[in-house]
Amino acid sequence: MSDEYEHKLEAKSDYVADTSSVSTPDIDSVPDAELPDQELYHSHSWWTTYVFSQDAKYIGIQYALTAIGTGLLGLVLSWLMRIQLAFPGLGWLDPASYYQFVTMHGMIMVVYLLTALFLGGFGNLLIPLMCGARDMAFPYVNMLSYWAFVVAVLVLLASFFVPGGPTGAGWTLYPPQAITAGTPGSDMGIILMLISLILFVAGFTMGGLNYIVTVLQLRARGMTLMRLPLTIWGIFTATVLAMFAFPALLVGCLMMTLDSLIGTSFFMPAMVSLGEKLTYEGGSPILFQHLFWFFGHPEVYIVALPAFGIVSDLLSVHSRKTIFGYRMMVWAIVGIGALSFFVWAHHMYVSGMNPWFGFFFATTTLIIAVPTAIKVYNWILTLWRGNIVLSLPMLFSLGFIVTFLNGGLTGLFLGNVTVDVPLSDTYFVVAHFHMVMGIAPILVVFGAIYHWYPLITGRMMNEALGKVHFWITFIGSYAIYFPMHYQGFVGVPRRYFEIYDSPYIDTSTLLLNKFITIAVLIVGAAQLLFLYNLFASARLGKKAEKNPWKANSLEWQTPQMPAEHGNWGKELPKVYRWPYDFSVPGAKEDYIPQNQPPSEIIGAKVEKT
Amino acid sequence: MIVALAIFLITIGSIVFHFWSPWWWTEVASNWGNMDDTILLTFWITGAVFVAICFFVAYCVWKYSYKKERRAEYKPEDKKLESRLTWATAIGVAALLAPGLVVWNQYVTVPKDAYKVEVFAYQWGWKYRLPGEDGKLGKTDIRYINDENPFGLILEDPNGKDDLLVDAQELHVLKDRPVKFELRTIDVLHNFYVPQFRGKMDMVPGIITYYWLTPTRVGDFEVLCAEYCGSGHYAMRGRVIVDEEKDYKTWEAKQITFEKMLAKNMKNDNLRLVKKDK
Repeated sequence: MSDEYEHKLEAKSDYVADTSSVSTPDIDSVPDAELPDQELYHSHSWWTTYVFSQDAKYIGIQYALTAIGTGLLGLVLSWLMRIQLAFPGLGWLDPASYYQFVTMHGMIMVVYLLTALFLGGFGNLLIPLMCGARDMAFPYVNMLSYWAFVVAVLVLLASFFVPGGPTGAGWTLYPPQAITAGTPGSDMGIILMLISLILFVAGFTMGGLNYIVTVLQLRARGMTLMRLPLTIWGIFTATVLAMFAFPALLVGCLMMTLDSLIGTSFFMPAMVSLGEKLTYEGGSPILFQHLFWFFGHPEVYIVALPAFGIVSDLLSVHSRKTIFGYRMMVWAIVGIGALSFFVWAHHMYVSGMNPWFGFFFATTTLIIAVPTAIKVYNWILTLWRGNIVLSLPMLFSLGFIVTFLNGGLTGLFLGNVTVDVPLSDTYFVVAHFHMVMGIAPILVVFGAIYHWYPLITGRMMNEALGKVHFWITFIGSYAIYFPMHYQGFVGVPRRYFEIYDSPYIDTSTLLLNKFITIAVLIVGAAQLLFLYNLFASARLGKKAEKNPWKANSLEWQTPQMPAEHGNWGKELPKVYRWPYDFSVPGAKEDYIPQNQPPSEIIGAKVEKT
Repeated sequence: MIVALAIFLITIGSIVFHFWSPWWWTEVASNWGNMDDTILLTFWITGAVFVAICFFVAYCVWKYSYKKERRAEYKPEDKKLESRLTWATAIGVAALLAPGLVVWNQYVTVPKDAYKVEVFAYQWGWKYRLPGEDGKLGKTDIRYINDENPFGLILEDPNGKDDLLVDAQELHVLKDRPVKFELRTIDVLHNFYVPQFRGKMDMVPGIITYYWLTPTRVGDFEVLCAEYCGSGHYAMRGRVIVDEEKDYKTWEAKQITFEKMLAKNMKNDNLRLVKKDK
């Protein structure tokens, strides 16, 4: 399978040498495997190797490229929206297409880009490698998962070409407007959106079962749960969340499909739509909002937790320091995950639900700030007295800390029920969620791609180009979203095609719109640099040495890099320690890989294994 | 060095922007100035945290940037520090939450002396209904809506007969008198939003939602729909005018009661023709 790579590296470093062949001292003993080694599917043709691949590494890349491709469409849509907002005089869009683009942008970015990229992309690539497995537990189901995702994307894209165009219901798809005549795409468009989401959930469930079973069952000998890299903890917990959250979205979609197609009234009360009495009766629009946000809030963490995990690893590796407070970090991830199911209605303070719920949900929401804050402290305490290498992954991680901090703190405004009242449905909300679940995770995605690129291609990405990309993306997106909060204070409502000359909005606020739009165009264009770097480096990039960042986790310790089919050659790795032993006093190097036996590092004063 | 400086400057820039940019909230025109206070409190606490952490990061990047001969500190955990930080955060969060909940309690508790106004939303505009002399709003039902009875009042309900119907996209309210907005929509979700009043609540077909406020200054304010409601959402504007008692009475006197409107509409043959055609 690795024919496409010209530069198979032989295992040179002593620490990857198979330890079972030499006489093993007692301190190196690791319990025997409880299960026999996994039997693998071996592909026989080009089609089964590259297209209908069952190798998690390939599926990860397929997922990532499909997600990024779809995300590019989302990016272009955001350009068009911003141009309309800043220069309404151009008249490029009519209200219907504006709302359609808003909707598709939101849904694409949240579900089809971020969820698919973090879990489908990084999950598939990293889980088997970091856990020390040969592949996912169920490779065939894993392949089906990817192809279900492809079909979901195609159905979504098809909605651009049906009569009436894609749905313009807003990414939250609130009924009744999602399926009534006043909203663009309210017949074909919305149906395709719902079907696409149903397919996505089905595909994702197949992938998710794989991630969970693989993490629980296929870890290498010695790889206890508390020795897992935080990346895996993040992806694992996010997947568990997704397994509980997506069913709520699924039933919501099914019920709305029925409301739309055969006239049931799950979400539809009696109403007069544009002068015409509809036949619906007795349904509850708020029920949909509960279902949607019971999915939607955990969804925020489905995106955020893998980002939290990955950034923890990047910060630790690139500051040559143990992650600070590992156990606290693990419990914070699990705690945030659990709490995320008790906060959903903070999206609904002014939705018309019983207002007394506000007390409960404001309290739970602010409680979730505590474990989140702990994570931030532990990231910055990892930097403290570190030996910080300002590599590309580190730069993006620092960018993440600043943007996530900013976006997280504005969450304290919106989560606190009273403060939310004046700010909800304004640009403050738009700025908040883009900062916290748009920019921050995307910066982690970039950091992670620069970090793990050599693992996939055996080459490094261009550093100079990467730095230009970082500065434009980081400063640019801060310049987009930081001022946008202040438009929210003024009271500029979101989802407005045009604001006109409202008496309470002065012209400088509209001028700010122009500034933001120009920043959007520049930041968007800078992503072309990234794409060029991504594809060109696969051929032109500097060849990577083995374990180029001198990291400890298992994915860098495979006999070949990039790993070949089955990852580990003849013998599965044995794990002796956690992945964060950097700069251990007494050790020769400033890192000790997880599979390096204790007998080889006598003298190192390891505190935690 | 450059990275540390950049993070430092971004932090300083954010502070400067906050204090010197012209964009801030509109002057409040209701009793909900205490919402602004909770925002300010949140600003001070979160702002301090933001600045402290960014400066800390900038310092670390500057002070501990990579040197080949140096080793990072090896310290996997520090239980004392971690628990102190946790408690400090918990206290800070509680300090934000408590005043928020107090104000929310006021927001959801309507004073007994508040008078009622029904806000009636549709795609895409506003109408209003006042209780009339008896002080009671008549019951409504969406099935009663037709050309003669555009508000869908239940004909048998005597409380509805003297209700004043305002079909002019323009509402007047009394200064310094608490008013409870009863929010009704006949089609999709809407939200009755006046930036200067601060209050907000979605309107949901099938149920009546509400919020209350006391206007505190005379003026002419724009009403916006704050919950996405389809293609015309951005154009769903109206006006609210806060009046002193005298001006309010003059305006109120011009409004037509339901009984009169019904009588007039029944006689209107054009209306009947239109209805028969349907």
